[in-house]
Amino acid sequence: MCNQSVGLIQRAVELAGVSTVSITLDESITKRVKPPRALAVPYRFGYPLGEPNNPALQHAIIMEALALLQDEAPPPILKSSRRAPCAVTLG
Amino acid sequence: MRAYPIKSYGITPNTPLHKELSRCRVALITTAGLHLQEQKPYNDRIIGGDCSYREIPNTLETQSLALGHRSKAFDASGTRDDINLVFPLERFRELENEGKIGALNDRHFSFMGSITKPRPLIEKTAPEVGQKLKADGVEVAFLTPV
Repeated sequence: MCNQSVGLIQRAVELAGVSTVSITLDESITKRVKPPRALAVPYRFGYPLGEPNNPALQHAIIMEALALLQDEAPPPILKSSRRAPCAVTLG
Repeated sequence: MRAYPIKSYGITPNTPLHKELSRCRVALITTAGLHLQEQKPYNDRIIGGDCSYREIPNTLETQSLALGHRSKAFDASGTRDDINLVFPLERFRELENEGKIGALNDRHFSFMGSITKPRPLIEKTAPEVGQKLKADGVEVAFLTPV
């Protein structure tokens, strides 16, 4: 499960002395793994930055996540994105 | 889909950022199972998952990346259309050009997803990547799942 692996890698990198922030698609897993800073986004698995070929949306999500690095609350910080879910298109 | 228990983990490590992002060195990490065409693919036969990682040079053309993570748990069609969906290197190049981040690191890292037995990840490969990033002078790592 990717969202667990991301949290575990993040913990190790933060422990090495690098500030980290991640995107999560599964808040319940992230609440258990407790990485330092994570932004929960309302998208399906495989779509952590929302939509392909939508640089404006991707950029907005990245900036929202990076803002968590300035959050003065003690980690773990888990915030939900203010972005609206994308329409799900079934192929 | 969740066929195995997720353990609860203890105290969260904390390296606060005491510097403006516009002066920070940044690296990307993804669990999308990306690798260069010339790198060894991930091994999906390892029980519990492949905990290895691949270094992704910052200079690469993003179209040349291969997506090694095939799973029924997610739809990879979006990533095939636009790798930035899971590995936003072009977005971060824009942030670098706009001066919103200091500089991108010379290398980034990809792991594989679908790891059900993460002990080698926790004990070996993830700390190794942490040490490499620290040695590179990276101050911020941005991580994405799929």
